[in-house]
Amino acid sequence: MNGVLSISTVLNFGSAGLIVLGLYIVFTQKNLIKMVIGIDLAETGVNVLLVSTGYIKGNTAPIFSKTGLQVSSMVDPVPQALVLTSIVIGFGVSALALAMIIKLYEKTGTLDTSKIRGLKW
Amino acid sequence: MRKVISFLLLAGFVFYFATLTGGLIIPDSSADRNSVGLDILSRSAGETGSANAVTSVVVLYRGFDTLGEVTVLFLAALGVSVFMKSTGEKRKKVLDQSFILKTGSRLLFPLMFLFGMYIIAHGHLSPGGGFPGGVIIATGFFVILLTSESVNFNKTLMSVLEGLAGLSFIGLGVVGLLGPGNSFLQNFLPLGEFNTVFSAGIIPLIYAVVGIKVGAELSSVVYAMKESK
Amino acid sequence: MLYLLAFLVVVMLIAGIAVILVKDILSAVILTTVISLVVSIIFLFIASPDVAITEAAIGAALTTVVFVIAIKRTRSKETTDKE
Repeated sequence: MNGVLSISTVLNFGSAGLIVLGLYIVFTQKNLIKMVIGIDLAETGVNVLLVSTGYIKGNTAPIFSKTGLQVSSMVDPVPQALVLTSIVIGFGVSALALAMIIKLYEKTGTLDTSKIRGLKW
Repeated sequence: MRKVISFLLLAGFVFYFATLTGGLIIPDSSADRNSVGLDILSRSAGETGSANAVTSVVVLYRGFDTLGEVTVLFLAALGVSVFMKSTGEKRKKVLDQSFILKTGSRLLFPLMFLFGMYIIAHGHLSPGGGFPGGVIIATGFFVILLTSESVNFNKTLMSVLEGLAGLSFIGLGVVGLLGPGNSFLQNFLPLGEFNTVFSAGIIPLIYAVVGIKVGAELSSVVYAMKESK
Repeated sequence: MLYLLAFLVVVMLIAGIAVILVKDILSAVILTTVISLVVSIIFLFIASPDVAITEAAIGAALTTVVFVIAIKRTRSKETTDKE
């Protein structure tokens, strides 16, 4: 049981699934807001993948909240610190994309990429 | 076209998953873990005085990275403000909110503000810090913005707060440059007693500055998206 | 622990597939919020409470707010998106 299904495998499957779902939404959907949702999902998947690389089974969070906690029984803090900033940047990017989409809607009156001439592909 | 897309997707997925199972297996014992994380863990408590190792990585070991990240956030907020440029005229309010909603939101705002402050101030002791605390404060602003009809949102004050916070971040870093350590973002204040609120040198100061900056930026982003015409 | 994580991942992926299937954009945004909350719980279980608190604050609160504002401001003419 442990050989086939470990925590790392589960998390890898989950993050891979989220990234592929997000990319699928970006490639196939025609609504612009839904495409931004797809980018958001893919980014969440990348974050899960990054944090799961630092995870060590059975270890505690990297916080010395009480005495007696061993360094060797803590998870890696570096990926967590990177993901912490990455989440905030992701929100900024989504907000910028949505602001552009609102402006585009005011100019063209539609959100469908197949109806906007510059965005057809 | 659709075939090309699905082929690309499938190929990308297979490549990604093969790389994943080939190289990125999570270690079960700490013996085969990345030595950078172990090194930082064993040194961070003595060097930075912060109980939370993630905070010491974000603020000091990779503080330059955080400065760049705050700059990226500033650029995103600037872009939203440019796109959603307000013409001055107020959008008419269609919805008339109920009394309970308005009073409840006014009751909720000080509590959310206090909670955000708590999260920011205890960033070096417990999970949290400037980024989530600033976001919680911005959410509190937004609760008010959603429910009350006339809001005195001072955009100038927000811009001034944001600029001052960014300048103080850089200023704190430059003071470290002048000190004995001769490096940007050097921890020049005394470390204090471990695991108390007033400890860890400049970490609480920098996180307070980051919290103010993130809170002001995100609330002005949401305000610009909601109120502009 | 392992089965709990597996359950959370399955919930996350089902919500992700439902994002593709639903026609209404507002439902898709709410499903994204569900995914963010589930991911936040996953972060909590893999010993990273810092990331969990940030994901819960941003992914579940502010992102939803911004998406709902965008939907509201682009919905004056067409109420639902037709495929």
